[in-house]
Amino acid sequence: MTMTTWQAVVTIAAVSLGTMLTRFLPFTLFPDSRRPPRTVTYLGKVLPHAMTGLLVVYALKDVSPLSGFHGAPEAIAVLVIVLLHRWHHSMLVSVAGGTIVYMMLVQLVFV
Amino acid sequence: MALLRTALRAALPPTLPIAASFLFFGGSYGLLMHAKGFPIVYPLAMGYVIFAGSMEFVTVNLLLSAFDPWAAFLLAIMVNARHLFYGLSMLDKFRGLGWRKPYLIFTMIDETFAIDSSVHIPASVDRGWFMMFISVLCRSYWFGGIAVGWLAGGVLPFDTKGIEFVLAALFLSILLEQWDDDQNRKEGDVSAPRPHPVVANLVDSARPHAPALVGLSASAICLALFGPDRFMIPTMALMLAAFLILRTRLENADDTNGARKGKEQ
Repeated sequence: MTMTTWQAVVTIAAVSLGTMLTRFLPFTLFPDSRRPPRTVTYLGKVLPHAMTGLLVVYALKDVSPLSGFHGAPEAIAVLVIVLLHRWHHSMLVSVAGGTIVYMMLVQLVFV
Repeated sequence: MALLRTALRAALPPTLPIAASFLFFGGSYGLLMHAKGFPIVYPLAMGYVIFAGSMEFVTVNLLLSAFDPWAAFLLAIMVNARHLFYGLSMLDKFRGLGWRKPYLIFTMIDETFAIDSSVHIPASVDRGWFMMFISVLCRSYWFGGIAVGWLAGGVLPFDTKGIEFVLAALFLSILLEQWDDDQNRKEGDVSAPRPHPVVANLVDSARPHAPALVGLSASAICLALFGPDRFMIPTMALMLAAFLILRTRLENADDTNGARKGKEQ
């Protein structure tokens, strides 16, 4: 540790404040009593599914198709998850199956 | 009590993949803090007041560099800017929940948002308590992971290489589930006129998935342009622009649905 305890506490508080601002701001601007404008309601309807798309890409962002195994273990695991989803329609089965397949691939096949 | 018990019973299963993920990521975070010489109270306190996984990892670096709280504040806003969108999407779901609302906002993360916004809560289950338990469970997994990781201090009983893929698997499964939801909504839409069979079919089948497709393609484009460390903010800007441009097309479909629902009631 290079900071004093007090400096560390202030740094953590600053990070916490910044994070909380992103969480509370929408609810402060549009409290229960105030209907948000139509544009905001529309965005609230279309954004969730789009954000899931962003999170999928975010979780796979460090996969490099140009080096190493060219993202082969990730591609196979993604395919397995899609097939498991088609077959069983259970999130637990898809997540567990896909992760186990991926772990086996990177530990046993693509080493 | 019965109210709480049914809510907890409904909330537990969808959080199980998150338990696995948080034990791993919280564990790595605890391990890292241990290796950098921080007492266990640091990762636990940071987990409590920040509760945003990627930002907690970034804060480890901040604590080890020069003292600059303003930069830390700004960085936290940028890394967590996606919460703004989550908040906009949850305005209605958190409405009228009283004292539970600030707690749900305080504990809102990718995972709680993903569950709260996608899981169909049965009518017999109290919505407010369901979401409260999702938050409480996710926080417990995170604290548990941190404690286990810090205490393990470098010794792991089995090879966990590759377990970080659980995060991608979780988000992809949510995407697939939402994709099916879109499809069902569209198939229920029988009165829509279809003038040009071939073209209309193609457009019609893509339209219900437009939000997911915009999210995926905007992220992929920005990832290619800006690289893995700087693509989040441009992606969100591009998504906003795309949705505002597509607004008339996407909202019209929505309005006809809304009008029909209104008649049924």
